[in-house]
Amino acid sequence: MTTMSDPQQGSFRLSMLLNDTRYRSYTFQFIALMLLIALMAFLGINLVRNLAEAGLNISYSFLYVPAGYDINQTLIDYNSQSTNLRAAVVGILNTLLVAFLACVTATILGVIAGVARLSNNWLVSKMMSVYVEIFRNIPVLIWILMIYTLMTAVLPAPNAFRGDNATSSMLFDAFAFTNRGIYVPAPVWGPGSMIVVATFVLSIVAAVAYRKYAVSLLFRTGKLLPTGWPTLAILLVPTLLVFFVMGSPIGLDYPALKGFNFRGGLQIGAPLIALWLALSVYTGAFIAENVRAGIQAVSKGQTEAAASLGLRPKRIMNLVVLPQALRVIIPPLISQYLNITKNSSLAIAVGYADITATLGGITLNQTGRAIECVLLLMLFYLTISLSISAIMNVYNNAVSLKER
Amino acid sequence: MNKSVFFGALTVAGLAAGAAAASTLDDVKARGKLNCGVTTGLVGFAAPNANGEWEGFDVAVCRAVAAAIFADPNAVEFIPTTGKTRFTALASGEIDFLARNTTWTFSRDVDLKFDFIGVNYYDGQGFMVPKALGVSSAKDLDGATVCIQTGTTTELNLADFFRANNISYEPVPIETNAEGQQQYLAGACDTYTTDASGLAATRATFETPGDHIILPEIISKEPLGPLVRHGDNDWGDLTRWVLYALIAAEELGVTSANVEEMATNTTNPEVARLLGAEGTLGEMLGLDAAWAKNAIASQGNYGEIFAKNIGEETPIGLARGLNAQWTDGGLMYAPPFR
Amino acid sequence: MSDTHAASVPYVRETMLPQVEPPSTATGPVKWVHQSLFSSIPYTILTLVALYVIFVILSGLLPWLLGGVWNTGNIRECREVLDGAQGGCFSVLTERWNQLLFGIAYPQDGYWRPTLAFILLFVAAAPVLFGAVPRQLLIVTVLYPFLAFWLIWGGSLLVPLAALFSFAIGYVVYSSLVKSSFAGGLFAGIVVGVVVWFVAGFITSNLTNVLALEEVASRNMGGFMLNMILGVICVSLSLPLGIVLALGRQSNLPIIRLICVVFIEFIRGVPLITLLFVANVVLAYFLPPGTNFDLILRVIIMITMFASAYIAEVIRGGLAALPRGQYEAADSLGLDYAQAMRLIILPQALKISIPGIVNVAVGLFKDTTLVSIISMFDLVGMIRGPILASTDWNGVYWELWGFAALLFFVVCYGISQYSQWLERQLQTDHH
Repeated sequence: MTTMSDPQQGSFRLSMLLNDTRYRSYTFQFIALMLLIALMAFLGINLVRNLAEAGLNISYSFLYVPAGYDINQTLIDYNSQSTNLRAAVVGILNTLLVAFLACVTATILGVIAGVARLSNNWLVSKMMSVYVEIFRNIPVLIWILMIYTLMTAVLPAPNAFRGDNATSSMLFDAFAFTNRGIYVPAPVWGPGSMIVVATFVLSIVAAVAYRKYAVSLLFRTGKLLPTGWPTLAILLVPTLLVFFVMGSPIGLDYPALKGFNFRGGLQIGAPLIALWLALSVYTGAFIAENVRAGIQAVSKGQTEAAASLGLRPKRIMNLVVLPQALRVIIPPLISQYLNITKNSSLAIAVGYADITATLGGITLNQTGRAIECVLLLMLFYLTISLSISAIMNVYNNAVSLKER
Repeated sequence: MNKSVFFGALTVAGLAAGAAAASTLDDVKARGKLNCGVTTGLVGFAAPNANGEWEGFDVAVCRAVAAAIFADPNAVEFIPTTGKTRFTALASGEIDFLARNTTWTFSRDVDLKFDFIGVNYYDGQGFMVPKALGVSSAKDLDGATVCIQTGTTTELNLADFFRANNISYEPVPIETNAEGQQQYLAGACDTYTTDASGLAATRATFETPGDHIILPEIISKEPLGPLVRHGDNDWGDLTRWVLYALIAAEELGVTSANVEEMATNTTNPEVARLLGAEGTLGEMLGLDAAWAKNAIASQGNYGEIFAKNIGEETPIGLARGLNAQWTDGGLMYAPPFR
Repeated sequence: MSDTHAASVPYVRETMLPQVEPPSTATGPVKWVHQSLFSSIPYTILTLVALYVIFVILSGLLPWLLGGVWNTGNIRECREVLDGAQGGCFSVLTERWNQLLFGIAYPQDGYWRPTLAFILLFVAAAPVLFGAVPRQLLIVTVLYPFLAFWLIWGGSLLVPLAALFSFAIGYVVYSSLVKSSFAGGLFAGIVVGVVVWFVAGFITSNLTNVLALEEVASRNMGGFMLNMILGVICVSLSLPLGIVLALGRQSNLPIIRLICVVFIEFIRGVPLITLLFVANVVLAYFLPPGTNFDLILRVIIMITMFASAYIAEVIRGGLAALPRGQYEAADSLGLDYAQAMRLIILPQALKISIPGIVNVAVGLFKDTTLVSIISMFDLVGMIRGPILASTDWNGVYWELWGFAALLFFVVCYGISQYSQWLERQLQTDHH
């Protein structure tokens, strides 16, 4: 900065705190610090006074008393006698579940739409532009509510599956699409199923090793091994063999209409689907734009140079364009993942039991512990955001161009 | 029901107790309007019509209080609240008076520091099911999907009921009554549970109300009443006695049609005191003598309000039941005006 | 030319051939259709699939749109009129348009006020957004906040005039002192402005009926108007705040940088809905007992904080994108920090940040719908609450959601097109 190289020694005057750039920065920082402390003290004192007047205190003991309410979609065991803490954990897992699912589908959608938008097929690229513009420019809350309404108003109720003159029927006798959610067969893990799973995991390792070997062989000798069908074979053949040798230990539990609802199988509730779909299509539109920008950022000269070296189009894409495009695509992609996680808090609008709906919704309502609940809620989201940011920084450092 | 869990609903703002420097009545008078918290929309109890005017049973109580203070039933600002925001709004002084089918419970009264000024509707939590489902008792609902409004006592009552009967259910939490209707009618839930009055009100808006029945089980006591902040007893007295004036008027035969006439030539001394012809009841409340007369003239007595908004003649069609006068075997009983 | 020579040349064309049209398959619509739709088998399949999708969408949408009913009183009448035919009950829009746009409590005879404020918004924004607009219009931009406040909230015109007056006085003080010291000028300007405002407040509070419009309380704002109000106010307030935060984060004063970093990362790390919860249920605990300001103001504070953190990050990007030489040039001219920022760095950094800021503004405008979750009757809250709950319109979903989506789409698409146009303008400026 503009520090004088030749300061006058030993003549400090009070006015220099304001006029001398050497000291002025200290003055400003001191003022800022004092203001901050004053603000904190003001808020803190008010909090203490308000709590004292209302006869309340800050206490987290409510986390250990029974929650008293039920949750419909849980990944771990939960009933109304479980503690509020467990309800919060159920919420956290549900948040992570919907965020993960939405990240996966949004990426797939976004990549397809982004690539298709650059397609030479006029109709397809125009349709993708329409998709991107429509979904980007309408609030995600409206999308969530619309898709939820779509789910409940258009799909049939379980009643429609009942009786001789049922108006709806299950797909392949295994999948039921109802307005309460989608029911799919669930795997049943019999004895010996672990061996099948272990075989499958080993096959994956083997497939990866094979591909690595193929690449290194290519680099060493220039010999090209096929990768497509051998990978598939390595993945499937041993697993299927073991599966039948063990006598089909993994069965399927099919959903069936019993009483008021479908029982058995795996239920994916309508709120989860609405939230998942809405977040996917909404964020997918943003990701499509990122992907398009990333591909366009790779200059045409790169493609042409690769072609002039004799690479085939597929290899140009894999070896030249994609690695460079990904460097541009991934940072905004990760911040889109962050947005999905944050937007999943809108679950409260459709009654999906995420952390905002359990800890920040029902628990807060029923215990009246507003400060504690909101604080914990913020802490959770902050942890997620900061860890994703940290991952992003690591990635950015790893791929940043090494400038010479 | 599990009271240890239910400490109360939302925020208990400490603002309330400390803010009582000026009395609420003075604030209201200075403002020229009563700020009244109501639900975001429950037909018959409080809902804006096409012109944006609020109407309903709870709304009438608000208007009666406004009429008693200003002699103008329209001097009310209606502030819609959800189950979640209602207590914050009252505690922080955003509203002066909360008339939003709120259940009078120990923890709300004591722990959350509110004063319930009385009960304007004795209710209980019930279940509504489509007739076609063939269910005649709530105990048959094993495995059913239940739509329920979050942030209310009903959520905990429901969990308790199903646990006590050792049957299972799947809750579908919803934010507003409108969404509850939507889900229920689409068959996304088998049954909708809330206060029986709310069920009747909801059913009234259906295209074919006859296709739906309200199950006989009432699984909780829900005395619904208006409430005010704890600490300003004068304001609490005023609102409490406006409510009692409406109830007493029905008992004494004072209606909106005959109130003017009764005020001048009644022979019943209690009616004379109530309507300000005798005594200084209005002055004691800090109002003018015609306070109760204005309230009754604008909204009618309790029976008229009931009949006009939720009674058997309306689409909602609630019977008086527990809410009949004590003389008719109900629980409505106003202390003497003396 | 000699004959012998000519004989050795078998044939020389001496005239140009007339130009021939290219074959019909390589030109005009046929070529276009062939190349852009059916150039290969996978493309053909794609095209057919796309055509089918369009057909399905249109065949569902068109009868609904064209067969719609526009003038019935409630959903039952509408269904009677439709009599099983496909069509939308758009009469909900004709009957409730005022609630959707202005909320339930805004005085009906005052609808022209927010409408006028909305139209004036374009006039006020034009000189900021488009360089080609005459600079004189900037005076409208300066006056607009005060005028819009008066139009929307009503009351005496003197109240915003007093505010304008104190701003003007404060600005005069600032500009007379800024030559000697920016901080001193800013501080003195703010102090003088606040004092004048305070004094003027005493005078105006006694003259409530001068040039008065009917007063409307904040909580009576609703419908799409509320979204617009929240969006416009919060974006404009968060801009200066965002600039300060961005400068703070870039500054080399460690304490100030730390404060700004913590603030920005905290706000960006939590969803807006949790901040709205804070506004709704927690903020009251942190204010002195007895303070009570209404929900809309608390929400504006929270959304402004939220937006300013994002805008700060955009502006930080702009600051970082400026070549190092600009900073060094400012230093070498002997400008102090405030001068360098004000005269050299910020004008350039803000210019390249505008597209990013516009994107944040669009996102923020969409996020204003979240206030419906804390029981405010914005457009979404209006639909979810009073309209769908009413006996008359219970069950009319698509017409209402379609209307809401359309309103948001028009505004957001418009703004994003502007942002893209601006990006192109900026690009040509730089190369």
